[in-house]
Amino acid sequence: MENKPFAITLDVGSSRANHTGSWRSERPVYADHLPPCNGACPAGEDIQGWLYLAEEGRYREAFEKLTVDNPMPAVMGRVCYHPCETACNRGKLDRAVGINAVERFLGDEAIRRNWRFPKPPASSGKRVLIVGAGPSGLAAAYHLARRGHAVTIRDAGPMAGGMMRFGIPKYRLPRDVLDAEIARILDLGVTLELNAKVDDIKDAMQGFDAAFLAIGAQLAKRAYVPAGEGARILDAVSVLRSMEGAEAPKLGRRVVIYGGGNTAIDVARTARRLGAEEALIVYRRTRDRMPAHDFEVEEALDEGVMMKWLSTIKHMEDGKITVERMQLDAKGFPQPTGTLETLEADSLVLALGQDVDLGLIKDVPGLISERGGIAVDPGMMTQLPGLFAGGDAVPAERTVTVAMGHGKKAAANIDAWLKGEIFENAPKHADAVFERLNTWYYTDAPHQVRAKLDAARRVDSFAEVVQGLDADTALFEARRCLSCGNCFECDNCYGVCPDNAIVKLGTGNRYRIDTDFCKGCGLCAAECPCGAIDMVPEQI
Amino acid sequence: MVYTPVKFYQTGTHTIGNRLLPAEARTVQSEPDRANALSCGHRACQGCGEALGARYAVDAAMRAAGRDLIAANATGCLEVFSTPYPETSWQIPWIHSLFGNAPAVATGIAAAMKAKGRSTRVIAQGGDGGTTDIGFGCLSGMFERNDDVLYMCYDNEAYMNTGVQRSSATPPAARTATTPAIGKAPGNAFGQGKDVPRIALAHEIPYVATATVANLRDLEAKVTRAMSLHGARYIHVLVPCPLGWGTASHETIKIARLAMETGLFPVFEGGHGEVTAVLKIRAKRPVEEYLQPQKRFAHLFRDETGRAAIAHLQAIADRNIARYGLIDPAAEV
Repeated sequence: MENKPFAITLDVGSSRANHTGSWRSERPVYADHLPPCNGACPAGEDIQGWLYLAEEGRYREAFEKLTVDNPMPAVMGRVCYHPCETACNRGKLDRAVGINAVERFLGDEAIRRNWRFPKPPASSGKRVLIVGAGPSGLAAAYHLARRGHAVTIRDAGPMAGGMMRFGIPKYRLPRDVLDAEIARILDLGVTLELNAKVDDIKDAMQGFDAAFLAIGAQLAKRAYVPAGEGARILDAVSVLRSMEGAEAPKLGRRVVIYGGGNTAIDVARTARRLGAEEALIVYRRTRDRMPAHDFEVEEALDEGVMMKWLSTIKHMEDGKITVERMQLDAKGFPQPTGTLETLEADSLVLALGQDVDLGLIKDVPGLISERGGIAVDPGMMTQLPGLFAGGDAVPAERTVTVAMGHGKKAAANIDAWLKGEIFENAPKHADAVFERLNTWYYTDAPHQVRAKLDAARRVDSFAEVVQGLDADTALFEARRCLSCGNCFECDNCYGVCPDNAIVKLGTGNRYRIDTDFCKGCGLCAAECPCGAIDMVPEQI
Repeated sequence: MVYTPVKFYQTGTHTIGNRLLPAEARTVQSEPDRANALSCGHRACQGCGEALGARYAVDAAMRAAGRDLIAANATGCLEVFSTPYPETSWQIPWIHSLFGNAPAVATGIAAAMKAKGRSTRVIAQGGDGGTTDIGFGCLSGMFERNDDVLYMCYDNEAYMNTGVQRSSATPPAARTATTPAIGKAPGNAFGQGKDVPRIALAHEIPYVATATVANLRDLEAKVTRAMSLHGARYIHVLVPCPLGWGTASHETIKIARLAMETGLFPVFEGGHGEVTAVLKIRAKRPVEEYLQPQKRFAHLFRDETGRAAIAHLQAIADRNIARYGLIDPAAEV
């Protein structure tokens, strides 16, 4: 007392003695929400996760993170229809992040620098047979090999790749890229047997602990087109397949393609490249009802492919095709009008979809689905224990990405089955919706559109149509990611807290709430750019 | 403008920090070892704009002064919530004397430091009541003598500590305890009040700036610039008050941002009588977006009679935009 100045009776205290955290009725909690890109990816990639690494230029780590889910980024970066970009929240702000382009950049970088997958762990002693070396077969082989299982792939064809090689034209997927990514998977010790058609799955499974059917959908659907003398009618599957052979298919000067899917577009664009002056797609409905993706339709139109809507083919003979005009009824189904029209054509290519060749399971009861293809349960297993199936052979959307996702999912289930367990997916996080973002903090930036070869050059070569990003533009594009629902350490919460109640834990370690002093005002959650903080009621 | 945004596409430089930015491009507030001049445990309300603004400003001043800094404080919320005897939240030497004399006390401290040959820097701070009303004579004197003090006004547009009474910084039409929302012209009268930043400019002092808690980078750049100069300097910071304005505690920064983006609170800097730079509006918003979330303006949205007042406020915002050139179509921020 006697040492204190006049009228001062107490020692100086700190306000830190006053635990204002007791005022709180809500508490901020750091959360990881599911970004829309990740949610939309059929291959289950952690897109936001690998973009986070790519943003820092850590491409090798980004590649490693990406390939946890998908072993073929250079292929996927070219042929995927990127539902991730359709879902991307940035699309509501300016334009979606070019995820597909960054993926391709990482894939190409991996090939250029010869990055390898990590060596598999010690052998599990289990053997798995995979039938078919297409995207789902290769993906399953990769995921099983990385879990230590011995994998053998048998394919009926002369080369691995399935529809990636025999269905997708070279201008969309150069074969050196495909070869490099297949080789990297085989490097894990996967045995590949080519020209080895499996006729009976039960026989083939002898000596294996499990099998995965990834046989695709190889049989072209036929429609009966009455044909007269000299009519040249082909199917899309064999046209695209023969592009891989020594001799290009002879389609003539005027080619008509019947169908409205992506395969019809592929054939039309291929025909143009083979020298056809006219490539005309005939489709019985309208453009907006076409199953083909709009950007591919656009690219085809740019290259001079023509489209004829609301028409069916009635008859073909000697350089002439008769088509009938259709009109859509109240339900949107095309109905014939009786109006006929004649087109000149040297050949007609039917692109009406594909069926699965089920010969190898015909002796096993209960494997065929009512929806066409092979019936599987949610864990990708058929009625026959230990026999799994995926890709185009099971009823689902038929894309490379979906097939890759099937391969991954089947591998997880096969692995669990081999251990006598049941695979269960981790519960999904809540969606990181656009409304949770505080977009004021993001700078507007243009989308780095991939340079396209101009249409004129594109038409007469099989050079790649869409060019890739370079290191600078890839970094720029990756940094456009809003990191929806996942902290990217911008320090906003740490800065905006009026009570210094947020502790910064250092790069990579995010933050911690100091509940002694947090009053629960919610400013951190409101000002978090990416919506990674939830306010939850306190239990009183 | 001292603060130039760096093109950085994931977040711009609008965020407080960012792991991808080089250390020198991050803010004082992003530093793990920032001073926290106004420490934890203070008794400000949840979401207090003034507590936030004061820490932003004084942390930046401390860094600029090498942490050799003394503050004089006017009476008001900031004084009351930070220093209930015998506790203090302040991490610097800090003195409170009277409501109206903070500029004069700071002047005296600056004179004492000069007499003792010390380089310690001096700031004074107060709310809008202590600055624009009660301490205004002392403040004008400090400006006129060009005393070596940086004066920070944390403007929450009324006397919040004593129960939300009108000050000369209260905006027109706002409801306060002394300007109730009743009668023919509810809320505060149009055509009254003071524009103290412009009055400060008229004193020809070396530095005058306005800022808000919604743009930390701009605020820090201005404090740093002010601390690099000597003589009388004035920074006027808009700090929303959840209690007095009737907003949710998590909306403090959003409301400050809207004050800026509507043009109702022009953010500029200048000195020696001239405005030299303004912070451009990134996306102009109508004043309704700013007014509607605030209960002090709720009566404007009750019926037709509020329309005229809203139009009047919009005209004020538009006048600010024209006067300061707040919208530049060519500028890409």
